[in-house]
Formats: sequence, C-alpha cells, structure tokens
Amino acid sequence: MKRVVITGMGVYSTIGKNIEEVNDSLYNGVSGIGIDAKRIDDGFRSPLTGIIERPILKGVLPRRMRIGLPEQGEYAYVATMEALEMAQLDEEFRLKNEVGILYGNDSSAVPVINAIDIVRAKKDTTLVGSGSIFQSMNSSITMNLSVILKLTGVNFTISGACASSSHAIGMAMILIQQGLQDIIICGGGQEVNAESMGSFDGLSAFSTNTADPTKASRPFDRDRDGLVPSGGAATVVVESYESAIKRGAPILAELTGYGFSSNGEHISVPNIKGPSKSLEKALKYAGICAQDIDYVNAHATSTIVGDTNEAQALYNIFGSKTPINSTKSMTGHEMWMCGASEIIYSILMMQNSYIAPTINFENPDEHSAKLNISGNRIEKNIDTFLSNSFGFGGTNSTLIVKKVK
Amino acid sequence: MTKEEVIKKVDAFLIDEFEIEADQIKPDANFKDDLEIESLDFVDIVVIIEREFGFKVKGEEMTHIRQLSDLYDYIEEQVKVHS
Repeated sequence: MKRVVITGMGVYSTIGKNIEEVNDSLYNGVSGIGIDAKRIDDGFRSPLTGIIERPILKGVLPRRMRIGLPEQGEYAYVATMEALEMAQLDEEFRLKNEVGILYGNDSSAVPVINAIDIVRAKKDTTLVGSGSIFQSMNSSITMNLSVILKLTGVNFTISGACASSSHAIGMAMILIQQGLQDIIICGGGQEVNAESMGSFDGLSAFSTNTADPTKASRPFDRDRDGLVPSGGAATVVVESYESAIKRGAPILAELTGYGFSSNGEHISVPNIKGPSKSLEKALKYAGICAQDIDYVNAHATSTIVGDTNEAQALYNIFGSKTPINSTKSMTGHEMWMCGASEIIYSILMMQNSYIAPTINFENPDEHSAKLNISGNRIEKNIDTFLSNSFGFGGTNSTLIVKKVK
Repeated sequence: MTKEEVIKKVDAFLIDEFEIEADQIKPDANFKDDLEIESLDFVDIVVIIEREFGFKVKGEEMTHIRQLSDLYDYIEEQVKVHS
C-alpha cells in the first residue's frame, strides 16, 4: 500500500483566520467563545457559541461562484486556498492533474430556511433565486469547491455527524493507499448560526455557563455543564508520498492509521466499547501499540456523559501516562469540522513541540483524574499522535498521524 | 414609470449585482455572448424584477429576451400592464 502524507493545511476558525493565528491561540490558550444576542432573542437555552466573522469574497470570487456558497462554504473556500498555497497546488497543476475533494459537512440550515420562507410568503419558487439549491445541499462544499478549483478527481461529501471530517480524511487515506487517487483535498466545514443550532439547543446539551463565556467549554472538568457549539472550516491536502516527493511539496506529516466503529446503541448517548473499538482499530491499522502514541487529541466536547465515557475508553487503552488534551476547551465543539481541524491543531503542536492547554480544566472528575490531562501548556516533542472524533448515531472515527523524519 | 427610469434601474442592478462593467451596458448587448449572462442568472433577474418593479415574471415570457433592449422593452410593457 502507498504511504499517505499531508502536504498542506488551512483553517478559518473562532481562534484564528489562518494557520499562524490559530497556532498562536493554541499556544497561548485563547478561547474563541462568546455570546450571540440573537439566540437570547430567539429563546435559546444557551446563547453561547464560537464567534466568527464571515469572510468577504466579493471581488475575490466571480458572482456565479460566490452565490452558491453557504456560510460554511465560504469558510471552506478560505481554508482551502491557504492549504493549496502551502501544498503548492496552483491552478495550472490542478488543470493538468487529477485532484479530488472529500469534505465533511452535515447541515446547511440557513439557505433551506430562507428558501422555504420565500416560497411560503411569495408562493413562487423562482423567487428563491439561483444560488439557494447549491447552498442548501449537504454536499454544498464539495460541489462548489470542485467547480471553483476546477477539480477532476473524486468529489463527494461525507456526512457522519461530528465525525464527518475525520471520516473524510480516513476515506481519502484509503483511496490514496489503494492507488486510486494521488491528491485529495480533505476537510470539514461547520456553519455558525442560531438557525442551525435551535434543535440541538433544545436537547439541553449546551452549556449555560454565561457568566464568563470563555470558561463555558471545560472538557474533562468536574464542573462542566455541556458543550458550546462552534464552527468554521479546516482543510488538509492528503497526498501519496510518491506524489509529494515528485512535486517537491512540503511533507507536514504522515497519516498512518484510521479506525472506525459504530456504537450500535443509543442515538445520542455514547458508550465506552464503540470508541474503544475505533481506537484499537486505528492502532492496529498503523501497526503500533498505545505506548507509541505521544499525544491524544480527545473528542471531549464538555458534556458529562461524552467526556466520562471517552475518559474510560482512553484509560483502558492508554493508562495514565499518555498526555491527552481537548482543544475544544478553546474552540468549542466545531462539529462537522472538528475531525479535520483537530488534525491541524495537533500537527501544529507536533511541528512546534508543545501540547496546548485544556483550558478550564481545573478539577478532574473520578475518570479524568486517572488520565494525564493538563490545564497548562506542556512543552513536549511529539512524534506520533492520535485524534478521536465521535458523533450522533454512535459513529466513531480515529486517525493516527506521525512526523516524517 | 418612464422608459428612462426602467433603463436606469436595470443598468444599476446589472452593474451592482451581476458585476458587469458599465461600458459593456449597451442596448444591443447580447446577454449570452456579450454579458455572459447564463440561464441560471435569468432566475436571479426574475427575483430582482419582482423586487424592483413589483411584478412576477412568468418563465416563458423571458424566452424571447436576447439583448438588453428586449429586457428594457419587456419591463416597460409589464410595468404598464401591472400599474
């Protein structure tokens, strides 16, 4: 099987609009969480959310290419352009060579709502406009970016709830290992708006700790009271080692393991055995044992049941020595995006030899107390890391990435 | 509404929303060949007409519109019908 490497990465998030800004935020433990006044007006249980600005693409993209992009598509475009530049994949190369796209996305609420509002008010579907359908579909990001970037390779979206973009990277890894594709643009996008979060808010899963929004997302901490929704987009360029060497592209890291499983139980309550299976499969795929992992980026969303069950799965496999953190303490839960963004966050830590703090981790509970989690940044060399992503329906994904020396 | 007012409004949305250069706006400019307006764009022109001129366009009424002067004429006529 072919070796698979990462040759570019780009991010547009609540803790920074590019790789450099995000690295600074991770290093310094900066939170991207705030209050959205609209959610208060709309009667949400929680107004807490990641805070992000929409990029201005007028003048950057022609109208026809721009009007099909939903909010998360705009984030994905910006993140992808950064990743392509890093990977040295310009348009001339893309026109002559097959490049694919596999992106994680699992909703596009606002365009759907806006279209239905117009149809109901005007009783005329034409008045919805021509961009709406391309903004509304789950595959919005891949359909738009494949046209904008003139891609001719594999092209579809993976919807696997909060594991969507982790699975997208795993799928890309398999296609490349099999020799079916040399270069795949991978990532995840997540809309950040009240409309897409109302039904989730109604499940009482979100933190209501509004006194200090930056302290609301507190994975593994005894006093957590729920997750904080967030979003943006993150892109990695996944490529065969041979292709990267041939192109002279920068090799940022190697993808060596992908594990997946389904809990087969409850739609929203995770268990221990499903994630454990995903972790074990990833280690087996990579041909390594738990002791070879220098750092674990946990899924850890700051919900009591999710964190507690993941902590038990992690303890069963890694014991108490392996350093573990949750970058969601800073970003909030980036959902469809988090699988890809957390690979980028972890690569940044690997490149710069540190483990970002799990901010707000002040008091462990009985399960997190057994793990090596720190509320402070740790300076540490990382050769190999593992990143977990879990989602509704009990879908689990685990990726293992190592440094290329 | 006078013909001049119709022309002013149409030219404004072509420049502002369709990002067409002002010097390309001529009565005999062909939508497809000169202005690169494609069939999907006509959906958005229908939306703008409803917003700017207050009447709903029936799809088949747009099929004969080839150049900019056709659109001016069509809107002028419809504004009269609907006023």
